[in-house]
Amino acid sequence: MELIQYALDNLNLLLGRTVEHIALVGVAVGIAILTGVPIGIAITRSERIARAVLYVASIIVTIPSIALFGIMIPVLSLIGHGIGYVPAVIAVLLYSQLPIIRNTYTAINNVNPALREAARGIGMSPNQRLRMVEIPLAVPVIMAGVRTAVVLNIGVMAIAAYIGAGGLGTFISRGISQSDPRQLIVGAVAVSLLAIVVDYGLLAVQKALTPKGMERAAETA
Amino acid sequence: MIQLDNLTKVFDTPKGAVVAADHISMEVPAGEICILLGPSGCGKTTTLKMINRIIRPTSGKVFIDGEDTSGLDTQELRRNLGYVIQQIGLFPNMTIEENITVVPRLLGWDKARYKARAREMMAMIALEPDAFLKRYPSELSGGQQQRIGVARALAADPPVMLMDEPFGAIDPINRAVIQDEFLKMQQELRKTIMFVSHDIDEAIKMGDRIAVFREGRLVQYATPDDLLAAPKNAFVESFLGEDRALKRLNLVKVREIVTDEIGTVSPGDTLQTALAKIDDFGYQNAILMVNERGQPAGIIGRSVARTTKGYCRDHFQAVPAVVGLDDDLRKAASLMFAHDITWLPCVDEEGRVCGQITQRAMTSHLGARFRARQGDDRTPHPALKE
Repeated sequence: MELIQYALDNLNLLLGRTVEHIALVGVAVGIAILTGVPIGIAITRSERIARAVLYVASIIVTIPSIALFGIMIPVLSLIGHGIGYVPAVIAVLLYSQLPIIRNTYTAINNVNPALREAARGIGMSPNQRLRMVEIPLAVPVIMAGVRTAVVLNIGVMAIAAYIGAGGLGTFISRGISQSDPRQLIVGAVAVSLLAIVVDYGLLAVQKALTPKGMERAAETA
Repeated sequence: MIQLDNLTKVFDTPKGAVVAADHISMEVPAGEICILLGPSGCGKTTTLKMINRIIRPTSGKVFIDGEDTSGLDTQELRRNLGYVIQQIGLFPNMTIEENITVVPRLLGWDKARYKARAREMMAMIALEPDAFLKRYPSELSGGQQQRIGVARALAADPPVMLMDEPFGAIDPINRAVIQDEFLKMQQELRKTIMFVSHDIDEAIKMGDRIAVFREGRLVQYATPDDLLAAPKNAFVESFLGEDRALKRLNLVKVREIVTDEIGTVSPGDTLQTALAKIDDFGYQNAILMVNERGQPAGIIGRSVARTTKGYCRDHFQAVPAVVGLDDDLRKAASLMFAHDITWLPCVDEEGRVCGQITQRAMTSHLGARFRARQGDDRTPHPALKE
């Protein structure tokens, strides 16, 4: 009861932090889609390059977020953004690359070879094949990668409160430093709820973006 | 017209160079269907796919209607060659209409024109436009999907079609139906078609010419009838099968060997007249009775005619079977076997008796080609040649 009371008393603050959190993750994953999808498509041309790119992206994900923030402080200090918004967005951007690149690459690579041959055989250029056939068919899998990235990084962004990026992590970090379990738990629960709600929201988006003719095929698969 | 000039493909594999197609030269006249036939790995598909550069030729040239295609842009070339593959390859993200109109859209047709074309194509493949155009490929049966596949290839009205085992994945009953539909369409469209198959029966049914491949080489290129009558070597002979003489039954129409010499009686004749006619015409067992419109009405048996008195109209048996002039000999033979008879009355389009076909005439017609060949010393028996 005490927790709910606390949450209600600080509802405005809580909502503000939530919006801040969503904005941070949204901007970062948004940029990650703009970079990751083209990279994922580009590396389908060469298996060797694909392996190298996916390897690097995998290594990035293994770096603990705290360490990554630490590394970025001296580097970004050179441009006056050692802490705060910029390093938080960059960290999420980097962590998002693996799921987005990997899913894009896999999805494009797994397009039925017969469809690719039909598309070539009727005279589509490589760009037309991408635009008319391969990307529409890959969208559900790419969106699944985006969902993974978003959920993963809602958690990462909570830690970014330590470098002053704001968001729901602020409740957690204050809760710890002030030995206030109410703030700690409200922050933690809010982060978890946000991850779940956003995941469902994106699932709906994924379904909306899935080409109509593939819904049935996807259900029976 | 499609002309291949020394078309060759060499694949570099870890085990060394493999010649998939070895100096293939052939010509398909405009408006004909040429079947590329052979066992798997014989180079027939490689040859087909070199025409639209799905596989790049190592050397050699392809001419379409006399024009060397090596000067053409690949996409432009492909848009002028209808392409149908065994896996069908309809785009699952597009409606049937979008699938059919994909080439016209690539060619920049305006919307009204390609929409009208989609309906026209649906009429051609006998599918209801309103029921199907807005649906997706996953909602259609395999046979319907391949009809759409054919419609997509034909939508921009290319002069040439390339078909890679187009009906291979369809169940036998539907396959026969689609083959018949396709042949009917082809009679009007007169496209020049290259068609890969590994099924000898399909080749005989569909092909104006058949090119038999083996290990990357073109072994024999002939009309189905010539191929069956005179296989060039032991390989072709074994590929055609030991029943190849029977396969020719498909190729000959009743019209070609029907004889209009047929004795008949009418219902009002006496059995005595019938017996006399049976003897006059030298028939063994029976004579056909026709009604006043000239249609077959019954059979008068010799034994009945000999032992009974009366009129034909009171003592006939049912006609076991008749054939039409445009039926093939396979149907005629099948009816004879089924009814244990050695002759069949033939009827014209109005159902009037116009002659008969006998087992003797059939075997003699089919055997004529073989006998002619054996009499020709320049082509020794293949077994002796090898």
